[in-house]
Amino acid sequence: MSATPTMKRAVPAARTTSRGVGAKNWVGGAFGWLWFLAVSLPIYYVVITSLKDQGAYFTSNPLSLPIPPNFTPYQEVLDNNIATYFFNSVWVTVGSVVPIVLFSFMASYAIVRGSGRFLRFTNGLFLMGLAIPIQATIIPIYLMITKMGLYDTLWAVILPSIAFGIPLSVLIMSNFLRDIPNELFESMRLDGLSNWQMMWRLALPLTMPAMVTVAIYNGLNVWNGFLFPLILTQSPDTRVMPLGLWAFQGEYQVNIPAVLAAVVLSTMPILLLYIVGRRQLLSGLTAGIGK
Amino acid sequence: MTGAHTSAGTRDTPLALLALPALVFFLIFAVAPLIGVVILSFTSWDGIGEILPNGLESWQMVLADPMTWNALGLTLATMVITWAVQTPLSILLGTFIAGQQRYRAVLAVFYFLPLLLSSAAIAIAFKALLDPNFGLGAGLNLPFLNQDWLGVELAFPVVLAVIAWQFIPFHTLLYQGGVRQIPQQLYEAASIDGASRFRQFIHITLPQLKYTIITSSTLMLVGSLTYFDLVFVMTQGGPGNATRILALDMYIRGFRANQMGAASVIAVILVVLGLGLALGVQRLGGKDKTASQLEGGV
Repeated sequence: MSATPTMKRAVPAARTTSRGVGAKNWVGGAFGWLWFLAVSLPIYYVVITSLKDQGAYFTSNPLSLPIPPNFTPYQEVLDNNIATYFFNSVWVTVGSVVPIVLFSFMASYAIVRGSGRFLRFTNGLFLMGLAIPIQATIIPIYLMITKMGLYDTLWAVILPSIAFGIPLSVLIMSNFLRDIPNELFESMRLDGLSNWQMMWRLALPLTMPAMVTVAIYNGLNVWNGFLFPLILTQSPDTRVMPLGLWAFQGEYQVNIPAVLAAVVLSTMPILLLYIVGRRQLLSGLTAGIGK
Repeated sequence: MTGAHTSAGTRDTPLALLALPALVFFLIFAVAPLIGVVILSFTSWDGIGEILPNGLESWQMVLADPMTWNALGLTLATMVITWAVQTPLSILLGTFIAGQQRYRAVLAVFYFLPLLLSSAAIAIAFKALLDPNFGLGAGLNLPFLNQDWLGVELAFPVVLAVIAWQFIPFHTLLYQGGVRQIPQQLYEAASIDGASRFRQFIHITLPQLKYTIITSSTLMLVGSLTYFDLVFVMTQGGPGNATRILALDMYIRGFRANQMGAASVIAVILVVLGLGLALGVQRLGGKDKTASQLEGGV
């Protein structure tokens, strides 16, 4: 984020104002560091504990550094099917996010470019959908999924995830599409392009930033999702990462380092994403709300 | 899908057709279940066998059950406490990291880490961290930290604290964005008038954040109805019923006790509460502005 010229001028100006300044900075600063501690201490604890063997866990100070680091817990987790859970999660996430982005884009394009009662109704329905709590729909979804014969498959997680990803995605993308000047569409229309062609050649490239936001937001939601897998799958073969963590914790209650190693491994992909594209990820997280 | 090239003059791809895939998915897996749960609340079903209509029986049973009121009370307490704790902290943190100082930007990188973790991961991490013998208390050598944190008395406040740890970063992010949009001239003018930082915060920052506060509060209040994952992994609603909030009550009735009718009643209550809250908060703060901010785009 590059500070605008006005901001650059404003900072020294603010610093030189009145006695309140010093006091405020101390309070804000102290509080800021306190929260930093509150966030980093648990994370530090998880990481170092995941690098101790069980003996060290029981005997060493819980906050002491593991020297030398011991990778047995990770070995134990990797021997425990975590690869299956990982690839299940990847498949569920990709299988949900791609249709969400594609369908939402097409729907947004139709809503923004079109008119008529049907599209207005569709848009209103999606807006209402923003307020539907997933938990409240889980029993009928369970009923439908069993009737469809999809219980305990990854499709059981993917299909409802797509549905619940659509409303906010349509909202974000249609707001974005509205900003494309109408003249661009008109001139392409004169060149004889159809709605279908304009959607791919004009709207798609211009909507890319919103698509990235939507993909990240939904990707995180699905990757970390717990309720759908908990209710709609059962066997170890269809476990996704969060559910795997939970099951692992149940089976290995006494082996805390291994459980925490699983926690670290489950977070790795998103942490990598955070390191590579922090700003994109954060704007994806709030999905542009309130900006 | 129609990908037809259109010759001039004829009507080309009807736009409504493009909205269909999204609409169909949404109707089947979101709207139909919403209607379905209302219907199921007037039936009895054990989750496997036949679904039999039973009129108002489930409703009467659930409303007469003290467990329901316990769950409702816990949910409302969750809502109020969550809001009262997270809102001021998020505003302060958001204002703090909206500053341009380099070290604040570095701290902010850490602030958002909880957002990356799944509820299951957070719950498991805190269970280990709160262990009286091998957790934080033992590590810092502070005996008062060695409580039975997840026992009957402390489990509920502890769960709320962990929820705060998980969600404050998100709202901090919203407030950071809100603060950065406040016109700098307001502060410059106030500085010239000799207003202290504290007075500037009260008289400029807070009023300017009004719509961010409404947005964040709506998300917080409606969201607090749906905390499930974290509580489920941390306490399973226990010990006893100490953390059995509505969403957990629904799960336990439906998928443990196999009373889907009763569980559907709880689900309907959740929907009504959620919609009521969303509408209520919006009305309280001027509907149009909030709506436009929620739709404020990327």
